[in-house]
Amino acid sequence: MAEIANPKFLQPVRIANADVGQAVVFAPDRPLLLDAGRSFAPLTVAFMTYGELNAARSNAVLVCHALTGDQFVASPHPITGKPGWWETMVGPGKPIDTNRFFVICANVIGGCMGTSGPGEIDSSTREPFGLSFPLVTVRDMVRAQAMLLDELGIDRVLCVTGGSMGGMQALQWAASYPERVVSAMPIATAARHSAQNIAFHEVGRQAIMADPDWHGGSYQLHKTRPAKGLAVARMAAHITYLSEQALQRKFGRSLQNREAISFAFAPDFQVESYLHHQGMTFVDRFDANSYLYITRAMDYFDLAADYNGVLAEAFRGTKTRFCIISFTSDWLFPTIENKRIAHALNAAAANVSFVEIETDKGHDSFLLEEPEMFATVRGFLGAVAAEHGIR
Amino acid sequence: MSARQGVLRPDLAAIAAMIPEGAHVLDVGCGNGALLEHLISTKGVDGRGLELSQVDVNAAVTRGLSVVQGDADTDLADYPSGVFDVVILSDTIQSTRSPRTVLRHLLRIGKRTIVSLPNFGHWRVRLALLWNGRMPKTPALDYAWHETPNIHLCTIADFVSLAREEGATIERALALQSAGRTVAMRPDAWGPNLFAERALFLLKGKETIAVPQGGIATPRSRTSQLLF
Repeated sequence: MAEIANPKFLQPVRIANADVGQAVVFAPDRPLLLDAGRSFAPLTVAFMTYGELNAARSNAVLVCHALTGDQFVASPHPITGKPGWWETMVGPGKPIDTNRFFVICANVIGGCMGTSGPGEIDSSTREPFGLSFPLVTVRDMVRAQAMLLDELGIDRVLCVTGGSMGGMQALQWAASYPERVVSAMPIATAARHSAQNIAFHEVGRQAIMADPDWHGGSYQLHKTRPAKGLAVARMAAHITYLSEQALQRKFGRSLQNREAISFAFAPDFQVESYLHHQGMTFVDRFDANSYLYITRAMDYFDLAADYNGVLAEAFRGTKTRFCIISFTSDWLFPTIENKRIAHALNAAAANVSFVEIETDKGHDSFLLEEPEMFATVRGFLGAVAAEHGIR
Repeated sequence: MSARQGVLRPDLAAIAAMIPEGAHVLDVGCGNGALLEHLISTKGVDGRGLELSQVDVNAAVTRGLSVVQGDADTDLADYPSGVFDVVILSDTIQSTRSPRTVLRHLLRIGKRTIVSLPNFGHWRVRLALLWNGRMPKTPALDYAWHETPNIHLCTIADFVSLAREEGATIERALALQSAGRTVAMRPDAWGPNLFAERALFLLKGKETIAVPQGGIATPRSRTSQLLF
């Protein structure tokens, strides 16, 4: 049997009385079987829930988080105190309405918010795993979530959804456990990570590994943190989450607290200090090794590869209802990648909706105030709920 | 929405009358989904849509319909053969880039195909061109030549010959007037080609096998008389 425990965070929890969620610690005889060809035990999965599970256990909505997300979907982050990352979407009366649905979000394996990851202590050595933690995949993340749902006694989820890497997990869920997924709503995602996206990730990883404080991944033993490398990785990645138009609209060539350029390398431009801020705040809440592991998992994601390169085969005979959402200015997971999923689902004669939303806010649009996305999610989830008699 | 008030555009109502209960239906060029919504609520169909306009798609999905944003000219190729009982193409074939390819795919994907189109052979159209020497603007074709989406207009006779070239059997043909009157027609007669503002065809592709669950229903609307 698994025991329920409080998750242990890499960082001390600063917020007094914050709801830090729960964690399931699976017994060593219930290992997680990994794509890398080994098993991992004991597995801890930290998660948050919102709303109430109905008596029929039929109103569960599984939210999957993105690369740097976590289980704090709709409640304050225990380290930063900032609102949950999808509070615009999830909550009472929100498009994913917690008055109707029981929302679950688990920290992914390899993460740093309580689920087993490279920053946790290896019970066999009593030292942090560091790079001895096994490489994980999106499918491993989904397997760990399936173990969690088993533990919670939830056979089927009404919907599995998420943006970016969360969308990858939603797709993997629908492919791996079609009978457990009534509907799937992958947002701003792809069925495979593109060469360009792998390239950006490699820049981030190299920035971390080039930081002398990284110490080959064993920085915890050296009592250091590769904060500079991780901040640079975040800065580079953050650019890819925005769009050229949005950057121009928000910052243009405006200068930061000065009248004229300084002929020096301190940040002259607002866009520079914005990026610095993004990098600096990120390192307070995220672990560098987790960043390496999770970016790698995304790089390895290629759903069609498991089906002889034919994506439609991943969804053959599926009864799951799909809603794919993309954003016009998202160049990281562009409409064409999302449409590829819709085409494959059509080829599998699946029940699919595909919506492209016009916005200049880039990939991050799925996290932002996008009324048309909210209306789409509300309409889709409402139709699915009505079909399954959930009021 | 007109569907919510129970009043459907006459051509859509004529199409709806042909759809059997519980059928798997694909509406190509479904607009905001008025017909799909009507078919789901009145006939319990499993309805899907394909629509080019993003605004229309978003409106349809917001209403809980399964609609994909896409282009009939390119995206029909994805669908496997024979997966839908009925595929509908209403008032859309004239705005596709390759009507022949689109029709070929429709006949392949659906066990039955319903096509409705404005008739460029209608006397008003003929007269407008003959009399004014200008591109016709009629109630059924209400666009100036330079802004029309209708890049491949055809007459009833033109469509009938294309359908036959593609090996389709015309199982039913209806003439539709803008006033909403629907009458059965013989596809080869000269009359409908001159007097029908719109036409509606129920087609069966050449490789189609027998339709399960009782096949396509006979239209029950005011279509009993054979006028032409």
